[in-house]
Amino acid sequence: MRYLPLSDLDRAEMLGVIGAGSIDDLFVDVPAAARKAELFDLPGHAGEMAVERALARLAGMNRPAGAGPFFCGAGAYRHHVPATVDHLIQRSEFLTSYTPYQPEIAQGTLQVLFEFQTQVAALTGLEVANASMYDGSTATAEAVMMAKRVTRRNRAVLSGGLHPHYGAVTQTIAHAEGMQIVRQAAAIDAEAAVIAAIDAQTACVVVQSPNVFGVVTDLAPIAEAAHAAGALMVVVTTEAVSYGLLKSPGEMGADIAVAEGQSIGNALNYGGPYVGLFAAREKHVRQMPGRLCGETVDADGRRGFVLTLSTREQHIRREKATSNICTNSGLCALAFSIHMSLLGEAGLRKLAALNHSRARELAGALAKVAGVEVLTPRFFNEIAVRLPGDAAGLVEALLADGIVAGVPFSRLDPGAGLDDVLLLAATETTTSEDIAALTAALSRRIG
Amino acid sequence: MRFTKDHEWVELAGDVATVGITAYAAEQLGDVVFVEVPEVGKAVKAGDAFAVVESVKAASDVYAPISGEVVAANGELADAPDTVNAQPEGAGWFAKLKITDLAQFEALMDRDAYEAFLGTL
Amino acid sequence: MAMANVGRPTQPDLEISDSAAQGAIAGGRGLLQDELLLFEVGGADRTGVDLEDAALDASDLAGLTRTAPIGLPGLSEPEAVRHYVRLSQKNHAIDLALYPLGSCTMKHNPRLNEKAARMAGFADIHPLQPVSTVQGALQLMDQLAHWLKTLTGMPAVALSPKAGAHGELCGLLAIRAAHEAKGDAARRRVLTPTSAHGTNPATAAFVGYEVTEIAQTADGRVDLADLAAKLGPDVAAIMVTNPNTCGLFERDIIEIARLTHEAGAYFYCDGANFNAIVGRVRPGDLGVDAMHINLHKTFSTPHGGGGPGAGPVVLSQALAPFAPAPWIVHSASGLELKEEDRGFGRMCAFHGQMGMFVRAYAYMLSHGADGLRQAAEDAVLNANYIKARLSDVMTAAFPDGPCMHEALFDDRWLEGTGVTTLDFAKAMIDEGFHPMTMYFPLVVHGAMLIEPTETESRRELDRFCEVIRVLAAAAKGGEAKRFKAAPQMAPLRRLDETLAARKPRLTWRESGATVS
Repeated sequence: MRYLPLSDLDRAEMLGVIGAGSIDDLFVDVPAAARKAELFDLPGHAGEMAVERALARLAGMNRPAGAGPFFCGAGAYRHHVPATVDHLIQRSEFLTSYTPYQPEIAQGTLQVLFEFQTQVAALTGLEVANASMYDGSTATAEAVMMAKRVTRRNRAVLSGGLHPHYGAVTQTIAHAEGMQIVRQAAAIDAEAAVIAAIDAQTACVVVQSPNVFGVVTDLAPIAEAAHAAGALMVVVTTEAVSYGLLKSPGEMGADIAVAEGQSIGNALNYGGPYVGLFAAREKHVRQMPGRLCGETVDADGRRGFVLTLSTREQHIRREKATSNICTNSGLCALAFSIHMSLLGEAGLRKLAALNHSRARELAGALAKVAGVEVLTPRFFNEIAVRLPGDAAGLVEALLADGIVAGVPFSRLDPGAGLDDVLLLAATETTTSEDIAALTAALSRRIG
Repeated sequence: MRFTKDHEWVELAGDVATVGITAYAAEQLGDVVFVEVPEVGKAVKAGDAFAVVESVKAASDVYAPISGEVVAANGELADAPDTVNAQPEGAGWFAKLKITDLAQFEALMDRDAYEAFLGTL
Repeated sequence: MAMANVGRPTQPDLEISDSAAQGAIAGGRGLLQDELLLFEVGGADRTGVDLEDAALDASDLAGLTRTAPIGLPGLSEPEAVRHYVRLSQKNHAIDLALYPLGSCTMKHNPRLNEKAARMAGFADIHPLQPVSTVQGALQLMDQLAHWLKTLTGMPAVALSPKAGAHGELCGLLAIRAAHEAKGDAARRRVLTPTSAHGTNPATAAFVGYEVTEIAQTADGRVDLADLAAKLGPDVAAIMVTNPNTCGLFERDIIEIARLTHEAGAYFYCDGANFNAIVGRVRPGDLGVDAMHINLHKTFSTPHGGGGPGAGPVVLSQALAPFAPAPWIVHSASGLELKEEDRGFGRMCAFHGQMGMFVRAYAYMLSHGADGLRQAAEDAVLNANYIKARLSDVMTAAFPDGPCMHEALFDDRWLEGTGVTTLDFAKAMIDEGFHPMTMYFPLVVHGAMLIEPTETESRRELDRFCEVIRVLAAAAKGGEAKRFKAAPQMAPLRRLDETLAARKPRLTWRESGATVS
């Protein structure tokens, strides 16, 4: 077995050193009834070539986004990731290390986390950011529970523009903790509707911009209303590239900003692993979930970094921890940080402009297709359109034309009564030819 | 000054009790990095967790040694938590409580009894 | 013929090497380069990507766009490569040397798995594209589920949890839902041993349960009498790690499960240490109702400096109906993905850590039923070998009987030396090893938890044991000063954690550019 260095001779000699007659002697504490003498009913070991072949066969049954026109978004986006990113994250020292419990021999990871936190704080317009969460959806649930700790209130209002899966995750997790979660019905351009639902028990409102329908909203009036009632505003973003063009959550008054960071540095990966971004105001730092890396000095006075404020965390505070999170998304955060460094301010702005311009081209072309109505008034790189019939059926039909046309809203929220709504995203990877192919096929299918 | 088995101290002036953690507790904790003191106006019962003290690797609840209403909290500790290490039984006090039940105070250990208690640990 | 002494010298000039030892001019040391922060080496005018220009017409977004600078430095590609390669060299890694971090299972990460996860058919597929276009992905998830169910002897698995702690949450939510479905809402307590991972009580509190600790016996196991006394109609579940965090198999595990079920509670098993028994013992045969499996531990997906992990949860028949969305069903047209809310809800936006599923499945196929069993046996053998070779110089916390995949020592052997567990760990750094897990589990004083894993050769184990023996002799030989000063060879010496916590500096700011 290529991954196991011990030879049979090693094993025999080592058992001798231990003073055990056989390997079974080391498993004596297992109740006899539970010892399995025979091998399980699974295939035996296989060589690298055979395994690669088996996996390539499965991979070959899937249709990659890059295989042709592709317009899916709704929380995961296809972007070009520079080759350097994937090379660097496969450095042994990043890939095969763990949580930096011994800071003297983990300064590489720690400095990266410190840089990542600084980048996320800058992008979100807030003062502090943590070292990552699992993904945007769990970050949202954590934000809601943090709002509960900060305000000592028990109710959260989720907008109708929040990604339905994010709403479901927040409902599942925050409800379990005893919170009352009010989910407003799906609505295309109604983030501000949360204002009417704020009451004296409201810990936070959760709004998304661009929202799941792609709509960009000025959130400042919502922040004002929330703050006037003693509540926090949590701002969710699923497309991190939008930070390059749009006002930051912090600028609009967010107390907590969370985001899905997949767009920067990370592949689609069929939904994971991704990286949750989490930023907040400095005055609330002790209520934040997750790991935090901070600057300090070593015994010789040289600058260095350590995990800090750990007393918030499960390994010390146990049942009083701010969250139960332990392992987070370290390597995905590294990928995010490297890609962001390669982009820099100029590159990110250019990338965002490019995405917006592609989406405008897409929206313009779709508006010209008879029977298609563009529903999103202000967008970044994603729009919702109304089709003359069932969106899911049309997406399925367009597969025959080699086109993956987008995400039917009914896939996310089957009960919303928006079966004719299709969500489409355009990124820098979307070409004019892709758009032309889509509109031509749509015209044929609808006509 | 009186003491509890949870290593809090109480000093009484009139009906106002000043509360903090003992020198022994401060030493056991190591470098104190953060203290959360109670809000003024809060009513606490003896035995309630009413403050938190943290070192780098530990967080401990501080229990009210005596019932009363919080009339002052030591805001200085927010910026200078190390005061708890430097002067635990002085400038490092946590809160002042207005008390009503003097018997609760009388029931606590005096210094000799506390020292003897420490000897058993 | 006379030879002229010219050309390249082949001997070191002693005078020069003496002065070089005084310290390098720009902070570098041989192959180890000093590296400033991104914000100090980068610039707003630099970029490592060439993007086409887009005519930005944001008139439709009037008043919604950024005006002020973000404050993000950029790097050209060569600068970026240098920055991150230099940083990487300040990390210890499995690929460099033994990384015996107990409970974390730092085993070799096969590179085939990395290659497979990057195949376009896995990496470049979107979680919401039509299921007819991702049949291979669903097949892989279905196969992974089959292996996990077979290896654990459990009938169902929820794949979506993103890490161990997320899996614990999933398991407890299923347990809570099961109690609620029976109209049994009075169960408010979760029992967990004092030796439990911190995530156990944190998760229980997260779900709104009170935590009660179960005592431990002198031989490091759950105290059955104490458990029986604390079980009652208000207990929702017990959370027990098996093998436990002391590296021991819970001998009475079947009785623990029986008592738990008799009291109407469920048995949540923390599966962090499943790697010790995979292929030999099925948790389903022990009476477990729910258990998460850390794919990044048992099935070797890389730890990545702190994640991502993956924490699928296997469920018993009683809990299977309460599994969260999504799940896969077989139909005439192939595999379908059911995404509607069911059970207690949803754990994350999509379907879990597909990238980790691919790696774990590649690991399973490579090992097969025989290799997985051999891996568990070798992991246990290696740990017992270390325990046997070090027990005369250190004090094993539980000397009697074998350990499982990790060997636990306490600090009694350091008594009177002036050297603490922390000091000893730091001295290991100077010898090129990553320290073991320190001060965990909490039930053992000055705990040192050593998990070598099965992917260490005997040569590396012997090298490790020799180093520890020499260090132990030095500690006992009155060399406390050396230990207090360690590490001396690492990129940095001990860091001031008090300063970091008292005056948190969590982001780079211009004024804080240099601390010296």
